[in-house]
Amino acid sequence: MSANPLLMGHPLASTENARHALLYMCRIRKFEEAVEDLFGRGMMHGTMHLSIGQEASPTGMCMALTIQDQITSTHRGHGHCIAKGADLTRMIAELLGKEIGYCGGRGGSMHIADVDTGNLGANGVVGGGIPIAAGAALASKMMKKGTVAVSFFGDGAMNEGAFHEAANLAAIWNLPMILFCENNKYGMSSSTEKAFAIDNLADRGKGYGIPGVNVNGNDVVEVYEAAQIAVDRAKKGEGPTLIIAETYRWKGHSRSDKNLYRTKEEIEEWRLLDPIPKFIARAIKEKKLTQEQCDGIQQEATDAIVAAVNEAVKAKAADPAGLLDAVFKKVSA
Amino acid sequence: MLTMAEAVREAMSIAFDERPEVFLLGEDVGIYGGAFGVSGDMYHRYGSERVLDTPIAELGIVGAAVGAALSGMRPIVEIQFSDFTAQAMDQIANQAAKIHFMLGGALHVPMVLRTPQGSGTGAAAQHSQNLEPWFASVPGLKVVVPSNPADAKGLLLASIDDPNPVIFLEHKLLYKIPGRDPVPEGSERIPLGVAKVVREGKDLTIVATGIMVNKSYEVCEKLAAEGISVTLIDPRTISPLDMQPVYESVEKTGRLMVVQEGPAHAGFINEVIAQMAGSSSFGSLIAPIKRLAGMNIPIPYAPQLEKAAVPQIEDIEAAAREIVKNWR
Repeated sequence: MSANPLLMGHPLASTENARHALLYMCRIRKFEEAVEDLFGRGMMHGTMHLSIGQEASPTGMCMALTIQDQITSTHRGHGHCIAKGADLTRMIAELLGKEIGYCGGRGGSMHIADVDTGNLGANGVVGGGIPIAAGAALASKMMKKGTVAVSFFGDGAMNEGAFHEAANLAAIWNLPMILFCENNKYGMSSSTEKAFAIDNLADRGKGYGIPGVNVNGNDVVEVYEAAQIAVDRAKKGEGPTLIIAETYRWKGHSRSDKNLYRTKEEIEEWRLLDPIPKFIARAIKEKKLTQEQCDGIQQEATDAIVAAVNEAVKAKAADPAGLLDAVFKKVSA
Repeated sequence: MLTMAEAVREAMSIAFDERPEVFLLGEDVGIYGGAFGVSGDMYHRYGSERVLDTPIAELGIVGAAVGAALSGMRPIVEIQFSDFTAQAMDQIANQAAKIHFMLGGALHVPMVLRTPQGSGTGAAAQHSQNLEPWFASVPGLKVVVPSNPADAKGLLLASIDDPNPVIFLEHKLLYKIPGRDPVPEGSERIPLGVAKVVREGKDLTIVATGIMVNKSYEVCEKLAAEGISVTLIDPRTISPLDMQPVYESVEKTGRLMVVQEGPAHAGFINEVIAQMAGSSSFGSLIAPIKRLAGMNIPIPYAPQLEKAAVPQIEDIEAAAREIVKNWR
């Protein structure tokens, strides 16, 4: 799989762009379904945090980014990796604990990073990536790179001190940073209603003196448009933006989740707001794609995932022999 | 003769001159010159973009340093008191320390976190701790505990060069004191992971860290006048730890005493004892290993209480005499 060229621009700007938006959303969906399947069949161990239902948010955000622009991601990070252009085989291989996996089997699902696509890594700690993205944005500013750093995080992370400290640093230093919250309504079992005393999470932007904007996180077009405004602002030196993408995770928090904190009806309502058919309808209506093309793109995504799984399954298992040497980077003479 | 604060500043200045990607960030490191005056005039010499004042936000500061280090810069973070690293521990222990390993070597974190620690200033329990065992117990961090200005300079330069996160723990009471040896001119590095044999003797081996090296040295001088000769070893870096000189010395002296300021229970110095116990040099010991360390209490405020909480020169002297006299 070749690296994503990125900086696609508007999902409806051309057939090529519409194809990209649909293909990447489908890749994320199919990837997550494959992960669930591999777990179900006992081929993966550990845990998994699936982002099914949220595909439009990372796809829309990353279509406004160059390959040099940086991201930090979360425990629910497969979508961010894929949208930023990560290699599907190396991702699956990591989850299967293989030598060719992104982390050589040492990190697993929660720690995939991809230097080639500006991905500084998923994170096992809620909010852990937000100050890191602020630091990446600080480096961009100090080194005059002209790049932006995006921190993806969930609604749960917005109540971490890390969010507060990083948002404030980004604001006072006018950093080229985007704080991208995927508000999927639950931090594990805690609803935003329980965890926030404000109705609109974007209001928090005011507290830092930065814009806070809401978007429909299930609409890749709307996400992209807000993302592009934030990227332009950051690259012009006007500072960070807080984007709240309203979305929903269809699956449980992780493997252990019995969905006791929400109703079947609520999940069903959100399944009707599936970002993929929503975009297909729009792309066909605006004559960027035909139904036939859309079917083909979905099949292409499925085929890519199947090929990645097949290759990863065959790959060599990670070897414990090198573990001690892996802790530190070697000091060059 | 430079003090340790001046030596640290000189090392940072050399690194600033050598590499444009080195910068300093922390609370009050700018125009104030640092809470202990370590950054001093650097703000005026290098400007506000390289000597970066931050809000009081330790987690954010260290996180920003980690992100900058991942992105081509080489940050030096100053945390005003080591006690406040507790606020930043996610970024230190979960992020900086693990990124290289966890991400399969794809990224690394060339960051130095400098912070003053230790008791003796009447600042009480939340401003006086010795937290080196916290950091030493996290794989992925290098931990440096300099005991004098000359070492501080060379070790800090090596720490800034290092591609891994380094925790650099400076004892507050050493800041204003010149060392026994002058600080060398130039930019020579002292490699991390090499212990220093401060003085050699035949009757007792003392391994001491940080300010306890200085206290132990005074004891060594005093005992030498009475014909008791002591080898004093300063590990200088506790992660990685260089035990070889300790083994070699114990094979000659047959007696080992370890001294640290921090609390005894689960303290770093116990690692020296554990490694000695498992080594082939263990058979050379003719006396039980003596451990001198802080009491297992928070550092108290009143001067007489504070003194009682950590080993003093008299304690080291008494313990050294006892082990040499009682075990022949």
